Amino acid sequence: MKNDPNCKFDVAKIRSDFPILSQKMNAKPLIYLDSAASTMKPRQVVESISDLYYGYYANIHRGVYLFSQISTEKYENARSVVKKYINAKYDEEIIFTRGATESINLIAHSYGRPNLKEGDEIIVTEMEHHANIVPWQQLCKETGAKLRYIPFDDKGELILEEYDKMVSNKTKIVSIVHISNSLGTINPVKYIFNKAKEVGAVTLLDASQSIQHVKVDVQELNCDFLAFSGHKIYGPTGIGILYGKLHLLEDMPPYQTGGDMIKSVSFERTLFADIPGRFEAGTQNIEGAIGLGAAIEYVSSIGLDEIAQYEHSLLEYANQKIREIPQVTIIGNAKQKASLISFLLEDIHPHDVGTIMDKLGIAVRTGQHCTEPTMKHFGITATTRASFAFYNTIDDINVFIEGIKQVIETFE
Amino acid sequence: MSELNDLYQEIILDHNKNPRNWGKIDLPSNFAEGFNPLCGDKIELYVNYNGDKIQDIKFEGNGCAISKASASVMTTMVKGKTKDEITKIYNEFHQIITEGCNHDHYIDENLEVFCGVKEYPGRVKCAALAWHTLNDILKRIDNNG
Repeated sequence: MKNDPNCKFDVAKIRSDFPILSQKMNAKPLIYLDSAASTMKPRQVVESISDLYYGYYANIHRGVYLFSQISTEKYENARSVVKKYINAKYDEEIIFTRGATESINLIAHSYGRPNLKEGDEIIVTEMEHHANIVPWQQLCKETGAKLRYIPFDDKGELILEEYDKMVSNKTKIVSIVHISNSLGTINPVKYIFNKAKEVGAVTLLDASQSIQHVKVDVQELNCDFLAFSGHKIYGPTGIGILYGKLHLLEDMPPYQTGGDMIKSVSFERTLFADIPGRFEAGTQNIEGAIGLGAAIEYVSSIGLDEIAQYEHSLLEYANQKIREIPQVTIIGNAKQKASLISFLLEDIHPHDVGTIMDKLGIAVRTGQHCTEPTMKHFGITATTRASFAFYNTIDDINVFIEGIKQVIETFE
Repeated sequence: MSELNDLYQEIILDHNKNPRNWGKIDLPSNFAEGFNPLCGDKIELYVNYNGDKIQDIKFEGNGCAISKASASVMTTMVKGKTKDEITKIYNEFHQIITEGCNHDHYIDENLEVFCGVKEYPGRVKCAALAWHTLNDILKRIDNNG
């Protein structure tokens, strides 16, 4: 088979690292096409967590005894793994959070509040996840700043001329999604951020949908801040990353206060810890950080270029097959697109599509994907979304295409 | 697809394709909107209540086959009924979608198509949306004496 990417990429070996992919769902072999919502976890990630709890667990940054030291070392090692992966300059620039949502809220709170005032502007896009809209709306309410949106066209590509007109010396923060979770569009971050830098704005990249698919180099992209969630890059839930440039983080007040983020506390005053500790109040998600470190090491061992190439071949195959079904309308046709397809099936509601697919063992996402404004652009309320990861196969896509045909049959 | 027949029966597909009482009422005595933010389902419900009975009822909205069929079936069942009669039907409907059908008891044949919904916990809210919206209206009628 000419376009069988299995030839180059050992997907069977990868699948053997993900025991859940051999499970059945509704008595059918599981076809998992919802990795954009959350990815499955390889054995290596699960084992890194069980090793912690069975082998050497203790609270970090505290005990003088050996297990506490080992736990602390592993936790801090995960920080270095992340630093290397996104090519940050210093370990201290990596803050562990609960996820991308908390990372963005942290920036809105600790950078936005002290630095923004009435008349200032924040720029996001019209294709943001709600997590990169709502925190800024709240910040604008508090500070009197204005939130502006870069529009996109019907293909799902940002209209950069509009952005060019929007950027001015009022622009203080430019926060954009790298890859749209509902359209798959890969946005031209470098162009957008370079422009933002010309007017001295601070840049934030929501890398939730890109960090697991393409190389994200914070220095090359001119990111001041970057946010992503661990569970989307084959790591555990409840852990995420905030990257921030050293000099920005150093000037920022804490987001939460309490234990482990202080230098000294008296009844009169508290001296906050240096970064990153200042932003990691309370006992941390130790297993989350260690699991995320293992996940990134796993992805790196396969190689992002290889992953991107394989996933792209899956997308091409799926695109070609799905376009043969005349009832399908694809939502999001950007030239630069990640491995997901959002689509409509004539007037069959996505939830009905999802329920029928579920019975066939196929997991797809249906709904508005936390991007209500994006749906509104197309005058729709929901889509069905199939997203592909490096553990998916051509066979998965074949079953998925058959599934679509069965849905159409049911409603005929 | 036999396992799906319990949910996507012909009656549901028919009500989905040709919803009964679809449209708006000009100057309705009561109006309510229902949302299901999880799936983006939306219903607009128009009611003419004459102090005793629902004389007329119409709906419009966006939704899946289950929510649309449920709204359509509901409108055919409650038209011409008093509040007490409607509450009775609602209670039966609610029991069916949350607990399923006990065929030892009498089940209104209009509601029988929803016996399968219980097997799809993710879809119970779709089936209930129209009824919850109607309940909002009935509550307001209550409060106004």
